[in-house]
Amino acid sequence: MKFTWFNLMPWPHLPDDFREKNRSVWVDIDQALFDPVKCHEVYNDYLDLLEYADQLGYDGVGINEHHQNGYGLMPSPNIMAASLARRTSNAAVVVLGNSIALYNPPIRVAEEFAMLDIMTGGRFVAGFPVGTSMDTNYCYGTIPGLTREKYAEAHELIIRAWTEKKPFAFNGRYTKLRHVNLWPNVLQTPHPPIHIPGGGSVETYDFCLDNTYSYSYLSFSGYLRAKALMEGYWNRVGQRNADQSPYRAGFAQTVFVAETDEEAERLYSEHAFYFYNRCLHVYPGFADAPGYRTIKTIQSGNLNQYTRPNYPTLTWKDLVDGGYIIAGSPETVRQRMEELIKGLHVGNIFLLLHVGNMPKDKCMYSTKLFAEKVMPHLRNLHPEHATDNRFWCKPISRRATPAPVGQAEMVPAQ
Amino acid sequence: MITARKIETRAAEVNVLSGGTGPDLLFLHNAGGVTAENPFLLALAKKYRVFAPQLPGYGDSGDSDNIRDMLDVTLHSFDVLEALGLEKPILIGHSLGGMIAAEMAALRPREVDKLCLIASAGLWLDAYPVPDIFTLLPREFPAYMFHDAEAGAKMMATGGNMNDPAFLIPFLVTNSRQLGMAGKFLFPIPDRGLKERIHRIRARTILVWGDSDRIFPAPYAQAFKSLVPGAELVSIPDAGHQVVLEQTDSVMAAIGRLG
Repeated sequence: MKFTWFNLMPWPHLPDDFREKNRSVWVDIDQALFDPVKCHEVYNDYLDLLEYADQLGYDGVGINEHHQNGYGLMPSPNIMAASLARRTSNAAVVVLGNSIALYNPPIRVAEEFAMLDIMTGGRFVAGFPVGTSMDTNYCYGTIPGLTREKYAEAHELIIRAWTEKKPFAFNGRYTKLRHVNLWPNVLQTPHPPIHIPGGGSVETYDFCLDNTYSYSYLSFSGYLRAKALMEGYWNRVGQRNADQSPYRAGFAQTVFVAETDEEAERLYSEHAFYFYNRCLHVYPGFADAPGYRTIKTIQSGNLNQYTRPNYPTLTWKDLVDGGYIIAGSPETVRQRMEELIKGLHVGNIFLLLHVGNMPKDKCMYSTKLFAEKVMPHLRNLHPEHATDNRFWCKPISRRATPAPVGQAEMVPAQ
Repeated sequence: MITARKIETRAAEVNVLSGGTGPDLLFLHNAGGVTAENPFLLALAKKYRVFAPQLPGYGDSGDSDNIRDMLDVTLHSFDVLEALGLEKPILIGHSLGGMIAAEMAALRPREVDKLCLIASAGLWLDAYPVPDIFTLLPREFPAYMFHDAEAGAKMMATGGNMNDPAFLIPFLVTNSRQLGMAGKFLFPIPDRGLKERIHRIRARTILVWGDSDRIFPAPYAQAFKSLVPGAELVSIPDAGHQVVLEQTDSVMAAIGRLG
């Protein structure tokens, strides 16, 4: 199993009446709610937490890209990744990912990911989401009906730039480059492993299978509701006669651990409510720009998780019973996690252990309990696939370490 | 009586609605599309031999991945004219259709003699940002589209229950096909550089605008008037963006001025 400690980096200061007084947490969120001085603290705390997860032995530390979003303060996850590259030492830095249709030219992603791959000594996992409609279309202006074609072209360019070790010309429809010659280029061979966040379209299943990429379902609605979608994926894997390695799939799950189930509710419920009842307040008109989803995907009835105009206010019981969150004592969490891992047949878990407006100390408590009392029991749930390393990074063994601050050895000029 | 037939262009199979007798007229529909029951189309057919091709992605026309930008759709529209064997028909476009018609008249000024742009898209004025129609929910449309939102809501009524997947999914498929195509020309800002070419128009041009158009308000009518050489503006009271449905007779009278 690979456990990645994932942080969305939510803004923790949305007011109590946010949902009543604002139409959306995303795209046109009120500038007056933002405070850069507070954000200075927030960024610092979140990076501390990611670094703490590295120290506790999580396999990866994960970050992602959102724009104009009150629950995701990372327009550029690569900047956070660069910081983590120096201040973490063992965990993979998982950037899940860069919305490659948004970069002009997309070679920029190939370059920055190559830099991160090198800086981390190969402790790097790449992600290429198409990006939500909110980010891709409404914030970044990509034409919905052309988004996927643009994405496919960007993907082709990036992979060729990483793997063709000589200059080439790229005559794309959206990007034309006479001299593609990445320098520096990636450290891992043939390139860093790639995870693709998806929302249930068959095209994305096939894209992952064609390229040996891991398919990640990053829903916030939990493992019980993910069953049908993940079954669809595994059915497709079967139809395509691919092996059933659980590392072909990843899943994001919100988790809270305390000494007891009661303590979990007492410590964490307000933060779960903050996230589920406040942060996910997205104006339905932003959820799905017409043309963004393929007709095939719409016909499959797989509609966007934000299209429900009036989502209910969820109680702790709703959240736990509905599987949105896995919360409780280490034993409760272990049981539920095992259900999740076996039920969805996944090898990569993206743990949302920081949620909403959770303060640092509570998050560290939960993170430590999971690392020490839950994770060890879940490590070997897929023993038959233990040697499958196709979907995870391959760091070099002799990695450089940052000199302690202020103690860099001064080499006198010769 | 409106009939439908299919023609082929390089880009797509195109369903063309046609009917009536009189001078040839090509009508280019708005982002909402056009059907054989459209009251404005029926009014046109009383006086003209009207042809209303459905854009790829609309109605019974096929989809087209080969139409990506303004030049593609403009040339495709000339291909439609060619396939129909029409010579210099009166060219009329509403909203998105106006934007395409204006591009056609600017691209090949010697091939368009009579032009009517109704509440046309294609320009952008910083002082009057166009509402983002791609974010509007179905219930929000009437207030933007009509002078009389209540009457408009009845005209636009989808007649189905959005909570019923059996209705919702086909509705979303239609919406995605149509606005997915329209978005190639209108998203996120409905300006594809027409203002750089619009001066080339040589056609006798009538501009028709509803006084209470909330998509392209009156300054857009003035902008078209100032940019299209010799254009005449007909402003129509008690009408919004859907002036063709709200004041059909007045629009017909304005078109009549083209002779």
